[in-house]
Amino acid sequence: MLTQILRLALLTLSLLLPTQMVRAQDAAVDIPAQVTALGEASLRELGAIVTTLASTGDPSVVPVLTALGEGNLYLDETSGAVVIQRGSSITDPLTGEAVDLGADADLSRIRVNNGLRRDISAALSGMTLMSDNPGTRLSAAQGFLAKPDAANLPLLDEAIAAETEANVRSAMQAARAVTILTSEDASVEDKNAAVPQIVSGAGRNAITILTGALANAPDEVKPTIQSAISGLEQGRAVWGALQNVWFGVSLGSVLLLAAIGLAITFGVMGVINMAHGEMVMLGAYTTFLVQLVIRQNFPGLLDYSLLIALPVAFLVTGAIGVGIERGIIRWLYGRPLETLLATWGLSLILQQTVRSIFGPTNQMVIAPTWMSGSTDFFGLAITYNRFWIVIFALIVFFMLLLILNRTPLGLQMRAVTQNRRMASAMGIRTPFVDAMTFGLGSGIAGLAGVALTQIDNISPNLGQNYIIDSFMVVVFGGVGNLWGTFVGALTLGVANKFLEPYAGAVLGKILILVLIILFIQRRPRGLFALKGRAIEQ
Amino acid sequence: MLTQALFRALDKKAVWVIGIFLAVAVLVPMANLLIPPGQFGHVPTYLVSLLGKYLSYAILALALDLVWGYCGILSLGHSAFFALGGYAMGMYLMRQIGTRGVYGNPTLPDFMVFLNWKELPWYWMGFDNFWFAMAMVVLVPGLLAFIFGFFAFRSRVTGVYLSIITQAMTFALLLAFFRNDMGFGGNNGLTDFKDILGAPVQAQSTRVILFAATAIALALSVLVCSMIVNSKLGKVMVAVRDAESRTRFIGYRVEYVKLFAFTVSAIMAGIAGALYVPQVGIINPGEFEPGNSIEVVIWTAVGGRGTLIGPIIGAIVVNLGKSWFTSALPEFWLFALGALFIFVTLFLPKGIVGLWKQIFGARRKKAEEPAAPTPAQSADIERGEDPSTFDSVQPRPAE
Repeated sequence: MLTQILRLALLTLSLLLPTQMVRAQDAAVDIPAQVTALGEASLRELGAIVTTLASTGDPSVVPVLTALGEGNLYLDETSGAVVIQRGSSITDPLTGEAVDLGADADLSRIRVNNGLRRDISAALSGMTLMSDNPGTRLSAAQGFLAKPDAANLPLLDEAIAAETEANVRSAMQAARAVTILTSEDASVEDKNAAVPQIVSGAGRNAITILTGALANAPDEVKPTIQSAISGLEQGRAVWGALQNVWFGVSLGSVLLLAAIGLAITFGVMGVINMAHGEMVMLGAYTTFLVQLVIRQNFPGLLDYSLLIALPVAFLVTGAIGVGIERGIIRWLYGRPLETLLATWGLSLILQQTVRSIFGPTNQMVIAPTWMSGSTDFFGLAITYNRFWIVIFALIVFFMLLLILNRTPLGLQMRAVTQNRRMASAMGIRTPFVDAMTFGLGSGIAGLAGVALTQIDNISPNLGQNYIIDSFMVVVFGGVGNLWGTFVGALTLGVANKFLEPYAGAVLGKILILVLIILFIQRRPRGLFALKGRAIEQ
Repeated sequence: MLTQALFRALDKKAVWVIGIFLAVAVLVPMANLLIPPGQFGHVPTYLVSLLGKYLSYAILALALDLVWGYCGILSLGHSAFFALGGYAMGMYLMRQIGTRGVYGNPTLPDFMVFLNWKELPWYWMGFDNFWFAMAMVVLVPGLLAFIFGFFAFRSRVTGVYLSIITQAMTFALLLAFFRNDMGFGGNNGLTDFKDILGAPVQAQSTRVILFAATAIALALSVLVCSMIVNSKLGKVMVAVRDAESRTRFIGYRVEYVKLFAFTVSAIMAGIAGALYVPQVGIINPGEFEPGNSIEVVIWTAVGGRGTLIGPIIGAIVVNLGKSWFTSALPEFWLFALGALFIFVTLFLPKGIVGLWKQIFGARRKKAEEPAAPTPAQSADIERGEDPSTFDSVQPRPAE
């Protein structure tokens, strides 16, 4: 029994193998050789060659087969070349170029019978444009788009009529339109009508195709083509700008996340926290640890590890922040420059601690499935991780706005910002508010760290890369105003991305820094400065 | 008038400091050249260069002290001026390599040949002349500081805002100098120097002379700083530090006072950089790191700001510590440095010099006068206060 099955399997294999090999060969058919072979072939051989040629799916074969079917394909007995003869013009069947065979040419028609004609027409229509696979049809249409030939028009018309997929049909229509536009005998009206079809169906190549057609087009059609080109170019500029805006918003939201905690501590307490970047870094490492624990103990929750890491990171960095405020910063109020130095020292210690524990190498946080991949949004490539970070930054920002404007703690914070001494006189425990503010600012830095695990390396130096940018955002936006930070972050992000194509990434960043330095000269208190005596120095 | 200023500058302490460094300029080279190796008192050549490096750091710290300690401007961009001076010197040294580079190109430095540049960029012209290069060492940082300071002080950018934009300045320069297109050697910077003024850079005698030059430059810097802080202008600088608004209301042009201090300080930093480069043999964009500038601040703070000797002591002590730590306990250097930052700001606001005065000066002065509140102490009184609320009647905290 078993042996029988085995034998059967082997037999099947031996039957299958040669066919597969033949197919593999098909991919590399020597088309010119096959075409030349048409000249000397017998009727039976002709049938085989037609099938082979059709199986290549190459659009250049179409004129050959069409000519063969029409009886316009000739063999030059003298040179052995196969040519197409229509009226007095003799052309090469594959390239379509005129051929000069010389005076002693002896053309004889390659004969076909009705059976073969049927075969040819079937091969032609079934070849590519009528293929069952929409992808093949699309690529065939794109092939015609690239090599327009008036001879293919009937074929295209037939295919368009049969087509069901909208995008393939529009590509076919574009191919047809290009053919009409470049053909010599189409009417001006047809050509004018063809232009919009190219615009809608040819995608990114439309400008190239139209520019190419412009030179040979009759004068009546030229204005149509030109206006279509300028319209397309405007559209392209708009899309490019939109793409840049998206990149800028994405960068801006990262800046916003990194800077917003700083804006709070700086704005409310006047404290320059140089260890802010390290809070971001600690948030990232917390995420790493949370994921490690989840992977080892609760693998089912792995997709939610980032969500679980959010509160953990907030609490961890927030607690460290309160500790820093109580331990160091409260002794240094009124001396902002010394706070700067002390927190810088602290940042060195935190960096080295993390380096000693986790090593200097980068750690990995796996992206959850809902954050990996990307989507195509009307031609804008949007990766999901960037998208979620933008959303997350907005959520954090508005939550914070809510806390500042709608909670007792927020009220007290604002009071302390505006007039510390008066707030104290009204019974607000300013030391408590300070500690909570610093904790909140640090906690938000931790949240930023969770988000940054998705787009940056988790290394002890993570925070260093963001600290200067964050300061720029806060200083640019203006202290003591969250909206200032919001506008500042997005402006800097978008400006950075708009400068990049012209100046390059590094030079763009330098330009931004210089612009901020110049901006500070004009508005030393930033974009949205708090007004009033309390802020005047 | 100059003699008067000189006379005032040469008070007892300044004379001592200047004397010490002039003596060092003579004694260390002698200990290196005259005492044979192996005998007691011999200073090996590598140590001479190391000490020379420390002394150039000391000039940098002194430069920062002039703006921070005396004028209340915390610049976090002084390493930029230091590095610019260093680059000017490095460019001179590069031009001296001539055909001895790897590619043997007589006009182009190696990295330009490597980048396939055809001719020397215009800003490299003239750097084969030593005196032109020295002029650039002074002019480039000085001009940058003048322009930067002119706009910043005129717009009354003060306090932490100024610190942050100076940091942005050095960060922008860091990024710029990392670019290969800038024509300053990109990431690798300028190195592989051969000659300075015809003498081989690596030679013992050259190193000793460079050390002596650094020590003399330090002594001169102390003299200049002493002249400035003991002059009337110096008093105004201190006034700006302690009560900027009040000084302005009295009628001084605060921005010009600050601009003067900032520019002089930048020039000193540039000179320090120029002395530093031939002794360490390399200058690369890493010198622009914002972290370096902050480290300079801590040298000054450790030694004691607002004094002339403090930053020198601070620079030497901290760098000795760094050299020791990085060879003995490399893991712990950042812990130690970080702890130093915190410790000094919390417990030693006046630095080592302040501590010294507290221990040895207090006994002597006790009977004479009740100590006026120092800026740091008055800040403590005002804990967390925005002094402007009451329009600054008390002495303002030194920022």
